[in-house]
Amino acid sequence: MRIFLLLICCFVFSTAAAQQAPEIDQAEPVDDNAELSPLLLELTDANLRRMLSLVTEIEQAGGRMVLPLLTAMQDGALYYQADSRKLVERRESDGGRVTVSDVFSGVERNDVDPESLEQVRINNRLRAVLQATIARIRLLQGSDAERAQAAQIMLSNLDEENLVVLNEAIVNEQVPAVADMINVALAMNVLVTDAPQDERLAAVATLHGNLEGPVRNLLRSFMDELGRNEQDPEVRAAIESALASIERKVRFYELMEQAFYGLSLGSVLLLAAIGLAVTFGVMGVINMAHGEMLMLGAYTTYVVQLLMPEFINYSLWVAIPAAFMVSGLVGMFIQRFVIRYLNGRPLETLLATFGISLILQQAVRTIFSPLNRLVVSPDWMSGSWDINPVLSLTNNRLFILLFSIIVFVILLWILKKTSLGLQVRAVSQNRDMAKAMGIRTDWVDAMTFGLGSGIAGIAGVALSQLTNVGPNLGQDYIIDSFMVVVFGGVGNLWGTLVGAFSLGVANKFMEPATGAVLAKIITLVFIILFIQIRPKGLFPQKGRAAE
Amino acid sequence: MRNTSFMSRSILTAAACLFSLGVHAQEPIKVGVLHSLSGTMAISETTLKDTVLMMVEEQNSKGGVLGRPLEAVVVDPASDWPLFAERTRQLLSQDDVDVIFGAWTSVSRKAMLPVLEELNGLLFYPVQYEGEESSKNIFYTGAAPNQQAIPAVDYLMNDLGIERWVLAGTDYVYPRTTNRILEAYLKAQGVADEDIMINYTPFSHSDWQSIVSDISRFGSAGKATAVVSTINGDANVPFYRELGNQGISSLDIPVIAFSVGEEELSGIDARPLVGHMAAWNYFQSVDTDANTDFIARWHDFIGNTDRVTNDPMEATYIGFNMWVKAVEKAGTTDVDAVEQAMIGIETPNLTGGMAVMNKNHHLSKPVLIGEIQSDGQFQVVWETDGVVPGDAWSDYLEGSKDLISDWTDPIRCGNYNTVTGTCSGQSN
Repeated sequence: MRIFLLLICCFVFSTAAAQQAPEIDQAEPVDDNAELSPLLLELTDANLRRMLSLVTEIEQAGGRMVLPLLTAMQDGALYYQADSRKLVERRESDGGRVTVSDVFSGVERNDVDPESLEQVRINNRLRAVLQATIARIRLLQGSDAERAQAAQIMLSNLDEENLVVLNEAIVNEQVPAVADMINVALAMNVLVTDAPQDERLAAVATLHGNLEGPVRNLLRSFMDELGRNEQDPEVRAAIESALASIERKVRFYELMEQAFYGLSLGSVLLLAAIGLAVTFGVMGVINMAHGEMLMLGAYTTYVVQLLMPEFINYSLWVAIPAAFMVSGLVGMFIQRFVIRYLNGRPLETLLATFGISLILQQAVRTIFSPLNRLVVSPDWMSGSWDINPVLSLTNNRLFILLFSIIVFVILLWILKKTSLGLQVRAVSQNRDMAKAMGIRTDWVDAMTFGLGSGIAGIAGVALSQLTNVGPNLGQDYIIDSFMVVVFGGVGNLWGTLVGAFSLGVANKFMEPATGAVLAKIITLVFIILFIQIRPKGLFPQKGRAAE
Repeated sequence: MRNTSFMSRSILTAAACLFSLGVHAQEPIKVGVLHSLSGTMAISETTLKDTVLMMVEEQNSKGGVLGRPLEAVVVDPASDWPLFAERTRQLLSQDDVDVIFGAWTSVSRKAMLPVLEELNGLLFYPVQYEGEESSKNIFYTGAAPNQQAIPAVDYLMNDLGIERWVLAGTDYVYPRTTNRILEAYLKAQGVADEDIMINYTPFSHSDWQSIVSDISRFGSAGKATAVVSTINGDANVPFYRELGNQGISSLDIPVIAFSVGEEELSGIDARPLVGHMAAWNYFQSVDTDANTDFIARWHDFIGNTDRVTNDPMEATYIGFNMWVKAVEKAGTTDVDAVEQAMIGIETPNLTGGMAVMNKNHHLSKPVLIGEIQSDGQFQVVWETDGVVPGDAWSDYLEGSKDLISDWTDPIRCGNYNTVTGTCSGQSN
């Protein structure tokens, strides 16, 4: 009997071993490292203080092999299996699809239940250690961009360890951009050591005009009496001129940045107002529900993303026509059933559309909840375009700036070149005459209102990328929209364009001096005064049509 | 819609409890619940109303208080500050409630205060606030600035070596007062004027590009920089998003927030926020038996396991338990008796240890600092050694550093001047 049991045991163990063997051989060669595997095991239950030293030990034991482990850890994607304490990488795509893969080989593991995994928790201090460690490894073996980034990270921390790596890296570095960055780091180091005068002068020459923050701070400290306070007059003069050239460049790029922020705010104002420029400007309807058309567009984006979770990157392209349709149809509905009956009674139109705006807000609250909804930014809308260390333009703002201009051009084209546009202009200039010429003014009114609302819906798609998508979204923009249209001149699309961008730029140039709150107030006061002087705005309509 | 069905359910349960206990012909003790159930604050305050209802239900299943059942009276002040005063008057003079749990914003509490003092009511206020107040009729179970803001700054200064400070807030009373205290505190710690940047933005501000770029420029002077954020509500989402887009991570410039908790993070994409911090007295992620039990009871009560718990909920929980103990100690629900009985009452925190009600109507509580994780929860990275007693009057502000609050004999004053030895009247 006992022998029988023993046999069974043997059998069970051998099959278990047979099942595990190939996995170890193929998938986890790094795990075999005798020095490393106890450290990896410790990762799963070490406290955060121990983790700090553990990362360094892992780097020493595993060398460059551990890069995938460290990057997974930094991204918060390192998990372990609760029972075996084996480390795996768990990543989630935008669509919510979870993949579990082997840390070192990257082979996908379908046999692991993602729900059963525990995360290896990290904090900021550990992230900083990881960042430095990863930079050291990447400087020697990463791609061009990774090496440049690694050298840049090292600029702010030129310790022994980093210098060794930098000196090693410069020997074989072929790519000029990366080599330049490494040379800057080495020059900074020369400057702080007791090198001979000519070497230090050469170092200053290398740093001349460099925009990196650490370079600027280092040079500043040499001019500071409480800082390093350079004594050598020749070196001091060189540093002074290098610093001056840097500051000049920085001021220039900061101005560029401010202008970009202004244009970007202007583009948001333009998007918010351009639909109103059609309904209020061309048709003369005071539409207080305009903000809610923006809101509907933003919510359409949210619904579209819900419907296509796997394709978030394309969702905006679907959302744009969808939002146009939704807001446009709602606009036409409002026009047909409310505004049409209030023709020529602006006060009543104002009250009625205000009521509609409240109804739409409450409808959204009831359907979607009063909480803000999460609209995901596609990858291509996130991040920024780094032109240099001082000037970087955020992608979402850049795209929206382009987008607003495209929308403006299309709208202008519709009004100037299509027959609908011709009829719209005819009706807005002289309704009775247009009617006499056989234009179906009723139909044109509905189409125009639909067009204006639809454009507002498209603007809502763009706004969903910048601000919170909630029931109050529209209210935040309605005042701004009216402000822009009135300032630019009612009935003039170009006026709206110029008005939006000039208000945006003015606002952003005031903001550093006055703060956001006061800048807004000053803008509003300015417009009120401006309207006193030029009641018809920047570009008033001329001729009989204006009467 | 769910809310109404839920409310009717809780009213039914309350009613059922009434009937079952009604056999003893004991008159119920009325508990007023004064949280906004509509309007802008409904998002935050509805949760607290539910928490009180849960506590009432649980207390009733334990046999009520003093052998009498509890009856919740729920009213809705609709995020309308003057309405808070009206509803308080209604609760105290028409419904004859024995205690009120309610309010969120400071301005709503300020609206209630004169009514509470006039009609001698009792309010438990569960939210972190700016201090500079102590009323005989209010117990403050949220954090005072020295239980949230000051320890947070200490942590940044001592543990992270922060030397440059951005104090960013929404433009209203809580951020302004808190930042005034913090500025005075930082200067007392030897921080130079040029190392402090203060910025205020309107409610629901969404265009953060130039402010974030200013912060980034301010932080590139070679000194470790952090943002202390009292930015309120939904303005936080575009703020953090802009930080992420401009490539500023929690490694470059960490942000520590006093108004961002689990509830605010639920339903938004927390990935751009990972590593930024918040200071509270409670986090859902704290692993204690009491907390696990509380979360389970909450999920059970609300019928949704996705719902999170947060700091003001714990403050409500502590306040409720303290009130129950105080009533039992006093043997009556009379406000003056309960008020005196409250002082010195201890109840367990959800995060471990005991919360104590001090003479100044503020609690002694532990302070925790957590880093945001990608799932919207916090990982505790630091906590105070013991509990910190709440300080009604800041020690760092001119005009209030000599003031203390002591509601025991012989002082019995909310703003007693220790230098002149006078009570300068009821709180401002």
